[in-house]
Amino acid sequence: MRLPRWFHLLGSPPFVYALAGKVAPWLGAVTCVLLAVGSYWGLVVAPPDRVQGEVYRVLFIHPQIAYVSVMAYVVMAVAASIGYVWRLKLAHAVATTAAPIGASFTACALATGSLWGRPTWGTYWQWTDPRIMSETLLLFLFLGYLALRAAFEDRDKADRVSAILAVVGVVDVPIIHYSVIWWNSLHQGPSIMKLDKPSIAPEMLTPFLIMVVAFTACFYWLLLNGLRGEIVERERDTRWIRQLVEGTRG
Amino acid sequence: MELRARELSVFRGERCLFEGLDFELRPQQLGLVVGANGSGKTTLLRVLAGLAAATSGRVTWRGSAPDSLPLEHRGEIAYRGHLDGLKRDLTVLENLRFHASIWGNATDFAAILQELALGAVANVRVRHLSAGQQRRTSLATLKLCAARLWILDEPTTNLDSDGRGRIIGWIRAHLAAGGTAVIATHQPDELKQSGTLLVEL
Amino acid sequence: MAPFLTIVLRDVRIAVRRLSEAANPLLFFIIVTTLFPLALSPSTDEIREVGTGVLWVSALLSSLLALEGLFRSDAEDGSLEQLMLSPVPLGVTVLGKIAAHWLITILPLIALVPILALSYSMPITALPTMFYALLLATPTLSVLVALGAALTVGLRRGGAIVGLLVLPLTAPLLIFGTRATDFALHDEPTAGPLYLLAALAALALALGPVAIAAALRVGIE
Repeated sequence: MRLPRWFHLLGSPPFVYALAGKVAPWLGAVTCVLLAVGSYWGLVVAPPDRVQGEVYRVLFIHPQIAYVSVMAYVVMAVAASIGYVWRLKLAHAVATTAAPIGASFTACALATGSLWGRPTWGTYWQWTDPRIMSETLLLFLFLGYLALRAAFEDRDKADRVSAILAVVGVVDVPIIHYSVIWWNSLHQGPSIMKLDKPSIAPEMLTPFLIMVVAFTACFYWLLLNGLRGEIVERERDTRWIRQLVEGTRG
Repeated sequence: MELRARELSVFRGERCLFEGLDFELRPQQLGLVVGANGSGKTTLLRVLAGLAAATSGRVTWRGSAPDSLPLEHRGEIAYRGHLDGLKRDLTVLENLRFHASIWGNATDFAAILQELALGAVANVRVRHLSAGQQRRTSLATLKLCAARLWILDEPTTNLDSDGRGRIIGWIRAHLAAGGTAVIATHQPDELKQSGTLLVEL
Repeated sequence: MAPFLTIVLRDVRIAVRRLSEAANPLLFFIIVTTLFPLALSPSTDEIREVGTGVLWVSALLSSLLALEGLFRSDAEDGSLEQLMLSPVPLGVTVLGKIAAHWLITILPLIALVPILALSYSMPITALPTMFYALLLATPTLSVLVALGAALTVGLRRGGAIVGLLVLPLTAPLLIFGTRATDFALHDEPTAGPLYLLAALAALALALGPVAIAAALRVGIE
C-alpha cells in the first residue's frame, strides 16, 4: 500500500516542528477568543438556573475540563500505540507531551468539581459520587504513566513500556467508568444524581458548547507548543536543531 | 541454514556501538567476535539471538528475523550469555531436566554431566556450586537441544583448562556436524580454524 | 499443555524451597486485617459493615506484595531470556508463572478469608459468595500485578511503583467483589457482580499475557 506523502512528512521532526509552530498561534487565538466569549456569556449574560441559582455556572467550565481530560488520555494512548507499532518517535513525543497536560486538566476537573460540590452537597468531596471516583482514578492513571516514564533512563524503553501501560489503561477506563456508575446507582437508587446536568435551556446550550470548543482548542494549543519543546529535546544532537539554534542566535 | 546480517547498526542513546555490519555465516562456519570490553560484543550477540533490537539493518536466520521465528524453528538457536540461565534453588539435574523438557530433547543426562565433571554434584542446588561449576552446568544444556546455531558470549570464562578444553571440543564437534556458531571471545586463537570469520568491533 | 505444566511445577518447586518468602504475603494479610479494627474502633454492628471492605483491600494489597517480584529472579539469573528464546510461547510461560504463584500465595490467602471473616462477625451465609468472588477476582488481580511486575522488570527499584501503576486498574474488581459480598450479607441476589467478575477474568486471562509478554521483551533488552 503506497502511503500518501503527507503521511511520511508527519514522521519527520523538522516538518512537524515547523507545522506546529504555524498552527499553534492560531489555536491560541481561537482559545483566547472563545474562552472570553464563552465565559462572558456563561458567567454574565445567561440567566440563573431555576434549581441551582448562580452556582450552576460552573457548568460552563467543569464538564468541559473533565471531558478534555478523558480525551487527553485517549490521545495519549492512541499516540503511544502508534509509536509502539510503527516505531515512530514523533508519536511517542505526542504521548509524552499529552500526559502532563492531561493530568493537569484532570486535577482542574477535580478542583472545579469540588468547588461545585461545596454549595450543592455541603462538602468539598463526596467519595461516593461516581464522577469524582472515575476522575480521581483517571488522575492516578496519568500519574502512574508519568512515574513509569520517569523510572527509565533509556528514553526508548520508557516510550515503549509506557505505551503498553497506556493501552491497558485506555481499555480499563470505560470498565472503571461503568463499574463506578453501577456502584453509585446502588447508593442512590432510581433517583437522579444531584449533579446531573440541569435540562439545558437554549440560552445556556450555546455558551456550553462554545466552552467545549474553547477548552478543546486550549488542549491542542498546549499540546502543539509542548510538542515543539519535546521535539527539540529529543533531537538536540541533530544537525537541523543545531542549525535552528545557530540561526536564531545569529 | 544461514545467518545473515545486513547493514546492521546499533546505537545506544547517542553512542554508536557499531554500524554497517555485513556478514554471512554458512553451516560449519565459525564467527568470532572480538573487541575491547564495552565495544558492543554482547549487544551484537543479543541482536543476533533476537533479544535486542538493532537500530537499523537486518538479521536473518533461515530467512526470518530471529525475534519473529516461527515456534518450530525456535529450537534452532541456542544463546548463552553472561547469565547462566539456571535456577539457583534447583539442583543441577533438575535444571537440566527442565531445560530438556522445554527445548524438547531428553537425553542421557548422566553422560553429559560426566563429560563436564559434574557427576558428583548432580543433586546439589546450583546456589552451592562454584562459579566454574555453574558455568559448566549452563553449557551442559547446549547438548540438550538440537540447536543448529550456537551464540555464545565468552563461554570459557570461569573455566579451568580442563573445562575450556571440553567446551572447545564441543564447539568443534558442533561445527563439524554442520552447525554454525558465533562466539565472542578475548582469546580468538584457541578457537580459530580454517574458514573462520573474524568480526572486530 | 505440557510446557505450561512444566513451568508451573518448576515455579511451585522453587517456591516450596523458599517457603518463608511465600508466607510473607499471607502474614501481611493477617496483620493488616488485624490493624484495621485497632484504627477504626468499630462498634459490634459497625464491624460487620467494614469487614467486607477491609478484607478485600487487604487481599488486594497482599496480592500486590506477593506478585510484584514475579519476574525479578528469572530476569536476574537469565532464565527469563532462555524461556523467551524457547519454543514455548512467552504468553504460555507468563500464564504458567502466574498460575504457580496464585496456587502458592493467593490460594492460601483465600482459604484464610473465612476465618478472618468470622472474626469480623460476618454471617456464615455470606462466606460462600465471598469465596467465589475472590476465586473469580484473584486471577484478574494476578494478571494486573504481573503486568506491573513486567513493566518494571528492568528497573532496580521497580517494585516501589508497581502499586501506583496497578492499583487504580483494579478498581472494578474491588467494586464488584465487595458489592457481591455485601449483597450476600443482606440476602440479595449476587449473580450480577459474580458474572461481571467472571467476564473480567476471561478478558484478563485472554489479553493480559499478550501485554505482559510485550512488556517483558522491552524490559529484557
